[in-house]
Amino acid sequence: MALFMPGDQVTVRKAFPPGHVRTPYYIRGKSGWVQKVLGSFANPEELAYGRDGLPKCPLYRVRFMQSNVWTDYSGGQGDTVDVELYEHWLELFDILRKKEKVCL
Amino acid sequence: MKELGRMHHDMGGQDAGPVDQADHSHPDWEKRVDALMMLLSNNKRRIIAVDELRRGIESLGSESYTKLTYYERWISSITQNLLEKGIISTDELGKKMVEVEEQAKAGHSLTGESE
Repeated sequence: MALFMPGDQVTVRKAFPPGHVRTPYYIRGKSGWVQKVLGSFANPEELAYGRDGLPKCPLYRVRFMQSNVWTDYSGGQGDTVDVELYEHWLELFDILRKKEKVCL
Repeated sequence: MKELGRMHHDMGGQDAGPVDQADHSHPDWEKRVDALMMLLSNNKRRIIAVDELRRGIESLGSESYTKLTYYERWISSITQNLLEKGIISTDELGKKMVEVEEQAKAGHSLTGESE
């Protein structure tokens, strides 16, 4: 069962574990909103070490404002970037701790 | 600048040169590496998962990662994975490498093609 629904505002965990991870460095700590729930898949971070990756993990397409992702972003104000992220990398956006506007 | 916790391959957002979009051909050995990985990962065998291939490539270290070509990275990772799984041994591999090298020196084609 997917924990988040389309429209939910989420923050990517700011974690830097060694080993094989599927969350790009540039998006860690950034906040966006769930665009789509893509289904559940064996965890690639486990498969990478020869294990079965079960239970399957929900995968989300999360949309971010480019201006929130890059400090020096000079493109259009409404530009977004979609990143596919596994559930264990996401937390519900905490409005008390964050000041940026997540959505358009 | 090197950022803490960022692995070399994780390059998103860093400066990069222009993308070389020129068409290029693949030598036979590259096709064999590709075929080898397909056979090792297919549903019948499931010996090396594509995620394990990636993990091996990411573990190459920044110098090798930069220096090696695409399929050189693949074969390095396939080799590491096969060693870890006990499917081949370093000794076996070392001996075979000498054998192949000697054959090459003796003028035999490595690819089995006529020269």
